[in-house]
Amino acid sequence: MAGVSPDGGAVAAGAIELLEWDATGVTDGLDGYAGGLNRHALAHAAERGLALDESVPPFVALSFEDRTALVRWLTAPGHPEKALWVSLALFCNMAYDSAAHTHTAEALAAGHPGLTAMGIAMPDADGLWRFPAYSYGRPLADLHPDTTPTGSPA
Amino acid sequence: MNSVESTDVLVVGSGFGGAIVAYHLAAGGARVVMLERGPWLETGEFEHDFKLGSSYTRIFDFVVGDGMSVLGGNCVGGGSVVYFAAMPRAPRFVFERRGSIARRMWPAAISRDTLDPWYDRVAESIPITQQGWQDVSYSGGLWAAACKHAGRTANPVPAAVDTAKCVNCNWMMAGCRFEAKQSLLFNYLPAALAHGAEIRPLHEVQNIERTGDGGYRVHYQLVDGEDYRVTTGSGTIDAKIVVLAAGAAATPVILQRSEATLGPMPYAVGRYFSGNGERLNTAVLNEDRVREVLGLDRGDGLAYAANQIGKGPTVANWDRLDGSLPEYSRYSLEQLYFPPGLGTILAMTAGSDPMWFGLDKKEMLRRWRSWLIIFQMIEDDNEGVFGPPPARGNADRLSQQMLGIGRLSYKPTANTQAAWAMADAEVKDILERDGLATVTPWTNDLVGAYTVHPLASCRIGDDPHTSALDDRHELRGHPGIFVTDGSAVPGALTVNPAMTISALAERAVPGIVRAARERGVEVVYGAPAPDGSTGGRRGAARLAEALLSR
Ligand SMILES: Cc1cc2nc3c(=O)[nH]c(=O)nc-3n(C[C@H](O)[C@H](O)[C@H](O)COP(=O)(O)OP(=O)(O)OC[C@H]3O[C@@H](n4cnc5c(N)ncnc54)[C@H](O)[C@@H]3O)c2cc1C
Repeated sequence: MAGVSPDGGAVAAGAIELLEWDATGVTDGLDGYAGGLNRHALAHAAERGLALDESVPPFVALSFEDRTALVRWLTAPGHPEKALWVSLALFCNMAYDSAAHTHTAEALAAGHPGLTAMGIAMPDADGLWRFPAYSYGRPLADLHPDTTPTGSPA
Repeated sequence: MNSVESTDVLVVGSGFGGAIVAYHLAAGGARVVMLERGPWLETGEFEHDFKLGSSYTRIFDFVVGDGMSVLGGNCVGGGSVVYFAAMPRAPRFVFERRGSIARRMWPAAISRDTLDPWYDRVAESIPITQQGWQDVSYSGGLWAAACKHAGRTANPVPAAVDTAKCVNCNWMMAGCRFEAKQSLLFNYLPAALAHGAEIRPLHEVQNIERTGDGGYRVHYQLVDGEDYRVTTGSGTIDAKIVVLAAGAAATPVILQRSEATLGPMPYAVGRYFSGNGERLNTAVLNEDRVREVLGLDRGDGLAYAANQIGKGPTVANWDRLDGSLPEYSRYSLEQLYFPPGLGTILAMTAGSDPMWFGLDKKEMLRRWRSWLIIFQMIEDDNEGVFGPPPARGNADRLSQQMLGIGRLSYKPTANTQAAWAMADAEVKDILERDGLATVTPWTNDLVGAYTVHPLASCRIGDDPHTSALDDRHELRGHPGIFVTDGSAVPGALTVNPAMTISALAERAVPGIVRAARERGVEVVYGAPAPDGSTGGRRGAARLAEALLSR
């Protein structure tokens, strides 16, 4: 499906791979999800009198704005199918923000679109992160006057 | 073979509440078995990896409810393995709180003064560092500087972190690879093992029944080591004393499921749940303003851009922890880190709808390095209630690991909502001053509110109608069953809870020893700290004696 952003989004980030991995628990329902999404897209288009390109699935045929509006509606509080669509959306988000279908260090090395756009630092050669510089190293505020000797609030 | 396995004390869960009690009972001479639903990982197995199936998802648990999702540990060591290790004591006024019941909700026997000796015992057992400004991460320093700029104070937070070993990788939630975090795997648990306690991982307790001799039979299922949706067997263990410490999102569910065999539960089992008033805000910093307004510079050309660097929370603002202020207007504001995934999905843009996904969100993610997360802990109204239990455990597991659907329902009252709004406004006031940042709260629309601090779902108190446990943590109407985890804490604490949960567990031990002795177990009270130190024991001796003889 075509996104609107010049650089890769959730699909390029691996959302389909993640969803097709049965560890997520949503894999079995994917065909049902796709069918449901297309039915909702058709209804959405019909309500608004939109003509859809019939050579592609209805959801894909919607404009970006209409797709966004539809996803917003399906995931909003009160929608009877909210829980289903939220869990699908969460895994798509995870593909982009955390590349949960692949080893993080490998994803970064391969230029994963989400992790790269976020500016996540590369790990050390052993695959572990360490940040030797981490602190401004000086007092930056006054302590609360009632702090006890153990460093806790009074 | 039809011989029934038996022990003196059976402990359910190996987090703070379970480990502390198990250690003292084992050291005192009792036979102790701990059942833990999660796996047992060693230091070398803690990975820096977001891939499903890595240590991060093996040891972490995320239960979605109706209006409240709960995050917690799922491994030997419980929350102590995944937590951020901030260990402050609760402020004095917390113990005087009235909450939703219009009278003091803590037992009369407990105040900050009477809990301090027990806090001291914990501090002697779990090494807690009073962090200095040299230890504070860039994000903590930024929060401190912004607080100062806005006329507030800010404190480095005491933490169970060995700062000499810490590499500031911010992978605390996947378990600490560098043995810097002083989890229970380094103190109470090895000491319990040394005294003969047994820990059985991947054993999920389902329910409890009574045996003919006044003891209890605990039923468990064996959980597959990789796919937690799958069970591979089941069994029972008989015990004279049962200590429930499965965490505030799981303990009441075990008791609800046991009602069929144990008889009616106190009204407060599975009610009065508190999320410790948690709520998160994300600030996206303007790097130029950080330099110009706050004068901050990392020395490498960057002013901040350090969201990824650090060790969880290092600095908190405690100005609102003032007992003279009205209830529901006192809270702390703590700098925090949440990794991508859990820490990004619920963040909202400051633009127009949709605010949690879409183009603006993608732009916001592009500035992820300049994010600063602020964690509010307000006083909520104990409004969480558990529905009828699921088939097993405390959730219908959706994913192989981590994600499940539970039965907790939480509809924030006007008090809770007003407190969140007040704290939101204050964070905005501090961080949007002089164009420093744009601040938005996390959305509650997707998975409800969320908490890493579940509390109070089976609480102590003096009033049998609003507390499930007496002040010795014994379950009302079911002698010999004790609850020592976060569910026993009466309500929101306005600070991180592990220190208070632990102090209460330490305080509960003499009463449990007494009950065990009454049931013929040869056990004594009085073990030193796990490393042999005895100062804490001396400090609490008088209080312990009173609890032993009651
Ligand atoms: C990401 C994160 C960060 C945190 N940071 C901090 C912090 O900085 N400071 C702080 O004070 N607190 C923090 N907390 C909270 C803290 O970890 C908890 O308050 C604390 O661990 C609760 O202790 P507990 O004894 O109630 O239960 P837990 O530590 O949660 O232990 C319960 C154990 O019981 C097991 N269990 C559950 N059900 C069953 C069953 N049916 N059978 C057998 N075993 C079962 C669980 O797997 C778990 O190991 C954090 C929590 C999280 C998730």
